[in-house]
Amino acid sequence: MTAKLVLENLKNRPMRTLLSVALIAVPVTLILCLVGLSHGMLEDTQRRTRGIGADIIVRPPASSFLGLSGAPISQGFVDFFQKQPHVKMTLGVVNQPVQGVTLGATGIDLAKFSAMSGGFTFLSGGPFRQPDDVIIDEYYADEKGAKVGDHLKLLNQTWRVCGIIASGKLARIVLPLGVLQELTSNPGKVSQIYIKLDNPANTQQVIQQLKSMPALQDYPIYSVEEFTSLFSINNIPGLKQFVWVIISIGVAIGFAVVCLSMYMAVLQRTREIGILKSLGGSNWFILRIILVEAMIMGIGGTILGILLSFGAYWLIHTLVPASIQMVIVPSWWPISLAITLVGTAFGALYPGLKAARHDPIEALAYE
Amino acid sequence: MNKSPIIQTRDLRKVYQVGKVDVPALRGVDLAVAPGEFLAIVGPSGSGKSTLFHIIGGLTPPTSGQVSVAGQDLASMSDADRTNLRKRTVGFVFQKFNLLPNLTARDNIAVARYIAGMDSRPDPEFDELLRLLGINERLDHKPSALSGGEQQRIAIARAVVNRPSILLADEPTGNLDTENSKAVLAILRDLNRRLGQTILMITHNPEAAAYGHRTVHMRDGKIV
Ligand SMILES: Nc1ncnc2c1ncn2[C@@H]1O[C@H](COP(=O)(O)OP(=O)(O)O)[C@@H](O)[C@H]1O
Ligand SMILES: [Mg+2]
Repeated sequence: MTAKLVLENLKNRPMRTLLSVALIAVPVTLILCLVGLSHGMLEDTQRRTRGIGADIIVRPPASSFLGLSGAPISQGFVDFFQKQPHVKMTLGVVNQPVQGVTLGATGIDLAKFSAMSGGFTFLSGGPFRQPDDVIIDEYYADEKGAKVGDHLKLLNQTWRVCGIIASGKLARIVLPLGVLQELTSNPGKVSQIYIKLDNPANTQQVIQQLKSMPALQDYPIYSVEEFTSLFSINNIPGLKQFVWVIISIGVAIGFAVVCLSMYMAVLQRTREIGILKSLGGSNWFILRIILVEAMIMGIGGTILGILLSFGAYWLIHTLVPASIQMVIVPSWWPISLAITLVGTAFGALYPGLKAARHDPIEALAYE
Repeated sequence: MNKSPIIQTRDLRKVYQVGKVDVPALRGVDLAVAPGEFLAIVGPSGSGKSTLFHIIGGLTPPTSGQVSVAGQDLASMSDADRTNLRKRTVGFVFQKFNLLPNLTARDNIAVARYIAGMDSRPDPEFDELLRLLGINERLDHKPSALSGGEQQRIAIARAVVNRPSILLADEPTGNLDTENSKAVLAILRDLNRRLGQTILMITHNPEAAAYGHRTVHMRDGKIV
């Protein structure tokens, strides 16, 4: 019966109900998009790092695990690692941001890279032939509408697209190592070094051995597995706090929308509240109706928010497939529902208590 | 009538505070109503008739004096006790019908049963009563689709659905035309005769008052 009262109330003011639900959905979508983007970007980077086929990564001194700038490691190290026991091959690469932090170009020796990773899968075109050649992945090609033979402006230069590769290995934009070293004024230097072993089982042993060398004291050395596991929301500075800020905004908006919406509803229904009281409806009964109504709008808002996050997902995949990755994270659906319900419950509390405390005689006399 | 009264008030007073001004609505009401009585209450507007109903029906506490309803002392009742009194001991019928606008007639009646905790029990007698009220066909309509007379009959059905000891009807025909008024009054008389329902009815109309066994007059917050 409570359900019926609530549903009829919601149905009776469809515009108010829909507006409230839509407003509640906005922060839900925001939260889900933020989480989806974080997960998407991290998973994508993990996948591309694993695609390199290396077992160990050597990073420059004092670098955070996120991003790199410049190429501070001397290429001599690459040859040095090559001579260590169990090392099958090494690959020094230069990383250069292209657009924000999400999109970068990587300079490689294509032959060495192919040996380590099994090579790119070319969807069209092929390897570098000229110094101004660039290889791009399918998503970046999509985003730029580029085909093999087209020219692209990158890093203040014009490049010719020589090949388009399947995404999932190393980077979206690949340049010849030497060319990128020249361009960034880092001849003979690399940003990081990938090492492939004769047998992945030797990874820890080799890492221990490398770490024990005095010359490598300052260099972070990770197994690829360990390195990719660092890509989590908790490890990205500020991201966790940012998620909390968005969650707080979500709670606040849910609170404000429901408070306003239910406050108006309670005013409009003063007389009906008086009627329910004259029939013996207790304060708790009245409060419960208001709370349940708010909760239903909260649930509706969450569902709509989830649907909208699919819309955002589709938009991002269609418009900027290379720059931004987003995944749908269903494990956050119940979390966003809980966030919304907390906001709506608190928002409904004041109007609900106001309704419950209405004097029945005055409420019945209300026009 | 030698039965002990179902309603008894002694020196019942009610003062409303409007801003800083005290408005005395009841100034010492002494009233006894026997079980099964159909009592008409008449009096000029503002004489305190509705206030008397509100106190007997547990919508508001008295300021002073004694009042007992169906064996319960209302003067010492808590808010929660008065809420319970409204669930089952009294039923209200108002001049303005006061049906819930979003619910069908059937659901308006069902809400009263639900609130009183009586909704799970089937009630063949009540179905009989619905036929008596002539509203069986109209139960699935919302109040806005019902005539005034139909709405008031639904309101009466809602008021008696939980078998209250007392039915309080505050100008039940005040918004109805003559024909519908007669129908409603006949229903009240039927309820009283067939089920022994105790009824208190406020009215301005002497013809309506004549349906009751007895008429009391109120003026300036007192029974005269
Ligand atoms: N809720 C209230 N607050 C303040 N004054 C009230 C209230 N209800 C009734 N009164 C006052 O009490 C007096 C009696 O009113 P009421 O019981 O409604 O009389 P009647 O029903 O006989 O017309 C009137 O002077 C009225 O203004
Ligand atoms: Mg009155």
